[in-house]
Amino acid sequence: MSVLGARHERRWAIGILAGLGALAFLPLLVRRDDVLNFIFLILLSITLAQSWNIVAGYAGQVNLGHAAFFGLGALVARTLWIRGVPILVAMAAGAAVAAAFALVIGAPAFRLRGAYFAIGTLALGEILRTTVGNVLPEISTLPAASIAGYRLTHRYYLALALAAVSVLAVAALAGSRIGLGMQAIREDEDAAEASGVGALRLKLTALALSTGLAGLAGGLFGFYHISYYPSHAFSPTWTFDALLMTFIGGVGTLHGPVLGAILYIVLKEYLAVQWVDFHLLIFGALFIAIVLLLPGGLVQAAARGRGLLARRPRA
Amino acid sequence: MRILAQQLILGLMLGGLYGLAAAGLSLVFGVLKVLNVAHGELIMLGGYAAFFVVALSGLDPFASLLLVLPLSLLLGVVLYAGLFGFVVRAHEETRVKNSLLIGFGLALALHALAVRLWTADERSIITPYGGSVLRVGGLSIPLMRVLILALALALIGILHVLLTRWRWGKAIRATAEDWEAALLSGIDVRRAYLLAFALGTALAGAAGTLVAIGYSVSPSIGLEWTLKALIVVVLAGLGSMIGTFVGGLVLGAAEAVSAYTFGGPYREVVGLVIFVIVLVARPRGLFGR
Repeated sequence: MSVLGARHERRWAIGILAGLGALAFLPLLVRRDDVLNFIFLILLSITLAQSWNIVAGYAGQVNLGHAAFFGLGALVARTLWIRGVPILVAMAAGAAVAAAFALVIGAPAFRLRGAYFAIGTLALGEILRTTVGNVLPEISTLPAASIAGYRLTHRYYLALALAAVSVLAVAALAGSRIGLGMQAIREDEDAAEASGVGALRLKLTALALSTGLAGLAGGLFGFYHISYYPSHAFSPTWTFDALLMTFIGGVGTLHGPVLGAILYIVLKEYLAVQWVDFHLLIFGALFIAIVLLLPGGLVQAAARGRGLLARRPRA
Repeated sequence: MRILAQQLILGLMLGGLYGLAAAGLSLVFGVLKVLNVAHGELIMLGGYAAFFVVALSGLDPFASLLLVLPLSLLLGVVLYAGLFGFVVRAHEETRVKNSLLIGFGLALALHALAVRLWTADERSIITPYGGSVLRVGGLSIPLMRVLILALALALIGILHVLLTRWRWGKAIRATAEDWEAALLSGIDVRRAYLLAFALGTALAGAAGTLVAIGYSVSPSIGLEWTLKALIVVVLAGLGSMIGTFVGGLVLGAAEAVSAYTFGGPYREVVGLVIFVIVLVARPRGLFGR
């Protein structure tokens, strides 16, 4: 699939980057903050979904503690930034801390396989969240000077750049030697080991990349919000959102998480406006229906649709 | 020292409920290879069911189990027929992923439904004898929680007997061991799945009832209970209900001791350390096979 799919994926990468490039002109044309905030949310979600996709989609390790790394990135970046460190440096530091923590946790966690890994990481993430909530119970608000200087367009462009970075990173990984090694582990870890793939080292690489990117996304979140509870960035909803978007779109593909993030955010926001009180109920039910009807996500459904169309004339 | 002993007793009593909550999850996971992350929401529903049974009929809270158990057994059958029955048709690898997705969707929907129907307020079942306390050598032991612990242990015992003595219990265990071999020896694997899922849901309902009696329920308790149950499942490993119960007691005791030693805010950190140590030392859990 990867050899045949490589050209296909490259076309998608160019298309997505062109779309992101076009979005760069949006703030010049539209001056409405609600539109920019909405697109910001989609861009942040693309980064988050893509970051989760690296470890789960390519290396096949369902990490349910992803929120912990998003939260660590947010916590470190925001703390440094409020103290006067330039935001890009602060975000890089946040990403470094997230990836370092992932490497510490990764070695024991990767002793677990499959569902056990999923459960273990979920528990780790949750323990970190409760601890942050207990130790830092107070809301974090920007100092008055920063609020006065707040520019939404700065956040918007940063989100745009980060989404592009995440897409480029996955595109580069998918075709590379280490990316192919990760996919071999996903398909069959023992067979990959037997053919000379260093499974643990590659899984740790995937985890570090994935969590570093999640840390960057978290830093952006910390930069974007005027005030929030520090533990909120550790909330498991970040993991679930990333997982849901990736699976709706198509796990282990370049464009799946992008499509999934767009559909997910548009659907959720639309339902929230349309069905204020019932939106989560409808969303949950709709979501179950999507999983049952399209088990492989949008990407596989589209492929199957094309297959049907191609077959019909011959039949 | 007395404070520590007091904390330990309360921790063990909560741990018994962790064990009961984990038993249902462990059964479903072990047999169907399906990870139901909405298990905590099922516990929450059980808690509300018990609350309303007691409020509307005036039954004794422990007697409400007689109604809540069959109801949640039925809910389990419905959920299996409507949702999880589709998941088990997939290959084992995709099963876990699909069940995670469906579980999240279900958890989201049930939480939203509970908030709509019953508001976000915390509720607990209050009884005339609820405040009674046993005093043993300077320690106070709430009577209700002793009863809860005893009942949780009794339920685990009944489950253990069902799984080891009953025909279908043995079929469930055979399916958990190797479903293909079970199928070849004439076991209706689908029915074993259905039974295991229904039993797991009934256990969640029972755990919810006990949570509503001894502690409190609100629509948002689901995730917390799912996580505690998951930790216990990993700690204890699959394959033994008694082991799962002991795993629950271990977690409850560990939380109590660490809250005492390091102070409330850091109690989960010690949990983390224990968790990681067990994972490294025994990836299949303390009692796993």
